[in-house]
Amino acid sequence: MLTIGQYVRPESLDEAYALCQKKSSVVLGGMLWLKMQHRSVGTAIDLCGLGLDRIEETETGYRIGAMVPLRALETHAGLAALTQGAMAEALRHIVGVQFRNCATVGGSLWGRFGFSDVLTLFLALDAAVTLHHAGEMPLADFAALPRVTRDILTHVTLPKASQRAVYLSQRNISTDFPVLAVALSERDGRYTCAVGARPMPAAAFADEKGALAQGITEDSARAFAADIAARAVLGGNLRAGADYRRAVCEVLVRRAALALSKEG
Amino acid sequence: MSESRFRVVNQPVRKKDAMQLLLGRPAYVDDVTPHDCLVVKVLRSPHAHALIEEINTDIARKVPGIECIFTYKDVPQKRFTMAGQTFPEPSPYDRLILDRRVRFVGDAVAVVAGETEKVVDKALELIKVKYQVLEPLLDFRAAKDNAILVHPEENWRSLCPVGADNRRNLCASDICGDGNVDAVLASCDEVVDRVYHTKACQQAMMETFRTYTEIDHYGRLHIVSSTQIVFHVRRIIANALDIPKSKIHVEKPRIGGGFGAKQTVVAEVYPALVTWKTGKPAKMIYSREECQIAGSPRHEMEVHVRVGANKDGVIRAIDVYTLSNTGAFGEHGPTTVGLSGHKSIPLYTGNLEAFRFAYDVVYTNVQAAGAYRGYGATQGIFAVESAVSELAARLGIDPVAIREKNMVREGQVMAAYYNEPASACALDRCMARCKELFGWDGKYPVRDMGNGKVRAAGVAMAMQGSGISGVDVGSATLKLSDEGFYNLMIGAADMGTGCDTILAQMAAECLDCSVDDIAVFGADSDASPYDSGSYASSTTYVTGKAVEKACSQLKENICAVAADLLGCAADGLEFAGRTVRKLDGTGEVTLFDIATKSMCGNGTAVEATASHSSPVSPPPFMVGMVEIELDTETGQVDVLDYTAVVDCGTPVNPSLARVQTEGGIVQGIGMALFEDVTYEPTGRIMENSLMQYKLPTRLDMGRLHVEFESSYEPTGPFGAKSIGEIVINTPSPAIAHAIYNATGVWHRELPITPEKVLRGIRRGQA
Amino acid sequence: MEIKLTLNGRSLTASIGADTLLIDLVRDHGCYSVKRGCETANCGLCTVLLDGTPVLSCSVLAARVAGRHVQTLEGLQEEAADFVGFIADQGAEQCGFCNPGFVMNTIALLRENHDPTDDEIRAYLAGNLCRCSGYEGQLRGIRAYLDSRKEARA
Repeated sequence: MLTIGQYVRPESLDEAYALCQKKSSVVLGGMLWLKMQHRSVGTAIDLCGLGLDRIEETETGYRIGAMVPLRALETHAGLAALTQGAMAEALRHIVGVQFRNCATVGGSLWGRFGFSDVLTLFLALDAAVTLHHAGEMPLADFAALPRVTRDILTHVTLPKASQRAVYLSQRNISTDFPVLAVALSERDGRYTCAVGARPMPAAAFADEKGALAQGITEDSARAFAADIAARAVLGGNLRAGADYRRAVCEVLVRRAALALSKEG
Repeated sequence: MSESRFRVVNQPVRKKDAMQLLLGRPAYVDDVTPHDCLVVKVLRSPHAHALIEEINTDIARKVPGIECIFTYKDVPQKRFTMAGQTFPEPSPYDRLILDRRVRFVGDAVAVVAGETEKVVDKALELIKVKYQVLEPLLDFRAAKDNAILVHPEENWRSLCPVGADNRRNLCASDICGDGNVDAVLASCDEVVDRVYHTKACQQAMMETFRTYTEIDHYGRLHIVSSTQIVFHVRRIIANALDIPKSKIHVEKPRIGGGFGAKQTVVAEVYPALVTWKTGKPAKMIYSREECQIAGSPRHEMEVHVRVGANKDGVIRAIDVYTLSNTGAFGEHGPTTVGLSGHKSIPLYTGNLEAFRFAYDVVYTNVQAAGAYRGYGATQGIFAVESAVSELAARLGIDPVAIREKNMVREGQVMAAYYNEPASACALDRCMARCKELFGWDGKYPVRDMGNGKVRAAGVAMAMQGSGISGVDVGSATLKLSDEGFYNLMIGAADMGTGCDTILAQMAAECLDCSVDDIAVFGADSDASPYDSGSYASSTTYVTGKAVEKACSQLKENICAVAADLLGCAADGLEFAGRTVRKLDGTGEVTLFDIATKSMCGNGTAVEATASHSSPVSPPPFMVGMVEIELDTETGQVDVLDYTAVVDCGTPVNPSLARVQTEGGIVQGIGMALFEDVTYEPTGRIMENSLMQYKLPTRLDMGRLHVEFESSYEPTGPFGAKSIGEIVINTPSPAIAHAIYNATGVWHRELPITPEKVLRGIRRGQA
Repeated sequence: MEIKLTLNGRSLTASIGADTLLIDLVRDHGCYSVKRGCETANCGLCTVLLDGTPVLSCSVLAARVAGRHVQTLEGLQEEAADFVGFIADQGAEQCGFCNPGFVMNTIALLRENHDPTDDEIRAYLAGNLCRCSGYEGQLRGIRAYLDSRKEARA
């Protein structure tokens, strides 16, 4: 079971940052993953007093505080418009409303979980994260950082862009982790396809071969999907084997491309 | 309901406890027992098979707040079974509370009790165990006569002649039949010969196993437990602790679901041991993980079916061999397996010339199995119904038609069902109605929806029993109380099924009063009349009949008191509900006055207890039809519509019968599509939480449609049979059938995951 | 540590550990309607309202609710009584163990969405497991309640 020595609500990010330099300290997210762990936490750092629970619209994008619950993202009209509904589609399968009221976007991204729908979608949306110490960086760079990094994720930013986005996932049963998740976006003719639940953490792929360069058709979507499925490193876990994931990857990428062609 | 011949029975009465439960009032073990008692937990084995060489609890004992730690050295050495069955139990006596030999990953190694969960957890970590790790026996197909013995001990005992032999890893073995199966099969035009595999699915009731124990003011062990079987718990705990039965008192509060799991004494022994040894109150709350790895799940079975028929679809012979995996201990092993043949083969009594049913139940080093709704029938029906659907496909006959041609009909004697007659059987009407309601002809076999998606239909039939014939005892005590209300005391256990209400409906029908006039109490081993407990679909049928009998006796006693008041002979009186009146119309006395009189200067008990046992176990019957949508590119299967028509005899409470049916179907859908049990090479179960063991949510079951086609069972109360278990039996075969119709591939192993479906499609194309 | 919160409308000062979970805090204060059904935040049995929002009390640190409003079914008896009778009429409460979490989340749903469709009901309540399983009967009950409410307004 989880034990916690002391609980602290820092009054500033600097204070939080200082506290989290200790190896036994943990920054709390939604607690959903943490509380299942069998570990001893020295200091639990709760950022709930730092105003990180807001979604702010700026000139250039949306600035989302790390403590914003997934349910708030799911029901946010601006984000729905920005992603043509992909945001809600990515989040609605995650366990239940109560769970999504607890789980935070910061916790979801910080964990870089293999099964993460959030990471998959945000990679395709060109998100950037802000770490208190290291500053802003593309989500893809953050995803590659070593997990022992003792920093604090404070915000994630989604750029406003004229874009199209689609999210598709395959699950063995509703509300389960995905067996495979695909987020596809297009902006200015540039396609980004994130493949999640590989079952390793999501990775993003560009249309390197330009399969979709001449537009999305049944054939080009098929070629694009075959390319992504061939490039993505896929593995097996309790939910399905690598071969099944590859087959599903190809299907979902193709369907996502075709769906994208029908968006705005 | 307007045509009902009854006044209270066959009415959709609200459950007596409904509002209390819906408003969240304290009702369950952990709500109604003290919280300042000892917390009990069990240290569990990380090995599937090992001997404890050394176990050192010295440091753990020093954790402040630890009360006691027990190991195998501290427990009685008489073996017992945890199976809640009538004595002498068919399940072998193969357990100790703690044993030096551990037999599965999760087996109990030590029992720890302390003041708080935290200190107990700490102590658990500090117990030092040195194991001699032994090679485990994990493959149940290789278990019989394997060199590795799960139960080599000398004091292993089998009390009943079930073909058990611990030197062969056999928990039970038998063969029976009628006619010459091999000869008939040899003369058939078509024989389907297939093997089916079902997993050790978990009941996963929302309330985990939990038990509170204390020593009462008589010095007896008082057990408050979430159990379906208060009387069996009394015996089993006495056996386990090797103390007199008279020293134990067991009661159950509300039960947060059982489905058979709580027909086994899973958690009770541990706090009972602590309280008996320390004299202090104790409580054990099973974690969900413990439920998943050390509970009492369904028996994994491999069922080999041969079905032979003529070209015209006449089914002439069925041969079933079942290999059942009872795991590390034999709870319900010898009995569950019987249903895999005896409640599948008789569905095809119609033209059956011969059958054979043989089985072996084997020990292995995995979690011990137990009783789960359907109790072996579920596994057998998946196999036999799948084989019959495959037969229909091979013969090019509509799968509904082949069933209509061969199904058991009312009045037939079912050779494979202990030669019992189908004295009430509306299976034919169930099929006709289901076909119409579902729209079979428009949905079978398959429709292409475009986009890689197809919709397909499947069908299955099922039966079960109503109690265990000649064994189960149901009892009821009824007494007249102040101003004319009644107390109904039962030993059956309402686990959400609504039996408290159903039995009260029967009493109200007999006593010509309202359900509100009946106060129900149960179950309590001291205060309730003896009842085997709520399992084997027995309560409505067996205990219900006891209620009927008790009412008749009570009416006689009431008339005797009335005779005293009216100054006449009792045989000149009739009971008329709120009054007792003279048959000649010259006088009457109210129940109010009789009740008053019964408590003043009265020598006649206005109380009656009756017991009932039935020499037969009349089967309920059912037809289920499913429409699925299948994505041929991903293998994803969505249940769209599940239509079921059930013959449970008279539905005593149509609302409750309906929700029982819906609930069973959803569990069945879970078994068919989602609920998997897989093991690491070490024998550890991977699906050890509700995160990994996926129960259907309300998004995973499609739309359910349930109707009843009632027969009238002459031996049942008000014509009733049973409903509790049969309802889980049709989804697996019906869904497997629909997937065949969608893909052309038969799936013979559950659950049928999207990965398996897609693999099947691709192999078919290759 | 000591925290102040409002539990079912009453202010409360509670002495807790840094790792005490909200479910244990409320049960310690007599709110036995809040049930634990798993350790993995999958069952929904422990649903409470935190500042009006449904959350899993098994996954909320008690320390986090300092200064906030927590409601359990004990504090919402009247609001619940409005519709649970319709569930009882279906017999869909069954064993009852999942009921408080289901009722709490249904209250949250109906506050958010006064006239949900069947699919919206299923989606909102997907995190409330019921093994019995009363899903279909619960839906009938909620539908009957909504219909009766509409009739009453008309």
